[in-house]
Amino acid sequence: MDWFLANTGLVAELALQHARLSVVPVVLGFVLALPPGVLAWRHRRARGPVLAAVGLLYTIPSLALFVLVPPLVGISFLSELNVVIAMTIYAVALMTRFVSDALDAVDPAVRASATAMGYSAWGRFWAVELPLAGPVLLAGLRVVAVSTVSLVTVGVLVGIRSLGTLFMDGLQRGIPAEIVTGIVATVAVALVFDVVLVAVGRLLMPWSSSRPGRVGRRVQLTAGGAG
Amino acid sequence: MIEFRAVTKRFGDTEAVSGLDLVIPARRTTVLVGSSGSGKTTILRMINRMVDPTAGTVEIDGGDVRDRDPVELRRGIGYVMQSAGLLPHRRVLDNVTTVLRLTKVPKAQAHERGLQLMDTVGLDRSLAERYPRQLSGGQQQRVGVARALATDPNILLMDEPFGAVDPIVRTELQDELLRLQRELAKTVVFVTHDVEEAFRLGDQVVILEQGGRIAQQGTPVEILAAPASEFVASFIGADRARRRLRVVEQDGQRIAVDDDGRPAGVLGPAS
Repeated sequence: MDWFLANTGLVAELALQHARLSVVPVVLGFVLALPPGVLAWRHRRARGPVLAAVGLLYTIPSLALFVLVPPLVGISFLSELNVVIAMTIYAVALMTRFVSDALDAVDPAVRASATAMGYSAWGRFWAVELPLAGPVLLAGLRVVAVSTVSLVTVGVLVGIRSLGTLFMDGLQRGIPAEIVTGIVATVAVALVFDVVLVAVGRLLMPWSSSRPGRVGRRVQLTAGGAG
Repeated sequence: MIEFRAVTKRFGDTEAVSGLDLVIPARRTTVLVGSSGSGKTTILRMINRMVDPTAGTVEIDGGDVRDRDPVELRRGIGYVMQSAGLLPHRRVLDNVTTVLRLTKVPKAQAHERGLQLMDTVGLDRSLAERYPRQLSGGQQQRVGVARALATDPNILLMDEPFGAVDPIVRTELQDELLRLQRELAKTVVFVTHDVEEAFRLGDQVVILEQGGRIAQQGTPVEILAAPASEFVASFIGADRARRRLRVVEQDGQRIAVDDDGRPAGVLGPAS
């Protein structure tokens, strides 16, 4: 605790840096996982190969990725982009299966009724299937966010500063308090990501709230302005 | 008028509908009744091209539906299904106005029409901002009917729409449909497995056997008076005690009672 209090400035700076390195892969991973996820869901025969291929991505050791990515993309080993790209690859690997499963979970009766009403396949995807896949997509994003926040620490091995710096530094200089601070701070960042994601989910998907009573009351109060 | 000419539909090796010839008159209610596997939903879905026949043609007012763009065709035909098939992420009013918005009706106009439709089907306007799951099963079903009526289509397809609600609400919804039909006179094609419901709602009832073959077709009275086969007789329950009524005189009134002696009603003067 003393160590933490004496170094709050450093911890805060590293936590911010850590969060910054994690946000982009989570967002980008979600967006990039949509096409392969949709492919795996739409075409039964593509499902196996696509999910196996992205699953393989996840088995590449992170250290190997940090070494492989720079020459392939043409950036420095020390570039933050190195970590961001590696983390994005892992995010896509995890998220693709969630996208496919989330779309699978949409009630076939609702899809049929959307078709019967005259949605085109494209319109139905954006207006009905994707929004209704939301709750499962959110669950997937929460897993990806926590996984990314924890993996970013590995970047310290190739010199990218994050809360992982505290583990490395604490280990080398023999300061257990610094290691513990690093772990606790990483967990805290992961928690913040999770809380933000859940809040965004509530905002975007008021219809799927787990507390029907509350929504019901609020809706009743505002119903007067319906016209 | 909707006409099926020698329509066959195969799914893989199974023939869901085989060689169906059927005329569905305009502005009347035709009920397709049969147990599961009788192809009734398949027949219904061939009208709005959610299913295309393997052979034969389906015509609406003399035009082959195959010549129509399926998306356009569906927007012009109302469709109600079991447990309403409402979009759970859209509020009630948005559900009702879905097709209007798809056909680019301005928002304000669509909303006004949506609220009128809620009146038409007996839904309180205060429910407009709720989500479907905040409504009872019966209310959801009314939303489903309002949504199907939004563009004032000539044809209304109803696939076991009242199958998932309790018997009291079902009777209420059936009454409501009869009332609406008296006012609106749509060409209604109604699918059910419940023969009581079929007789209650249908101007014309089509009893289907396995594989979409017509066992008998006619008004409820015609079918009850002369079941065409053993299958029909047993399907409509003509052999059940409850269907066989006889008259007993009591205090100068003529009472119809069933085979178990339970009264079914009082007979009025012959009309």
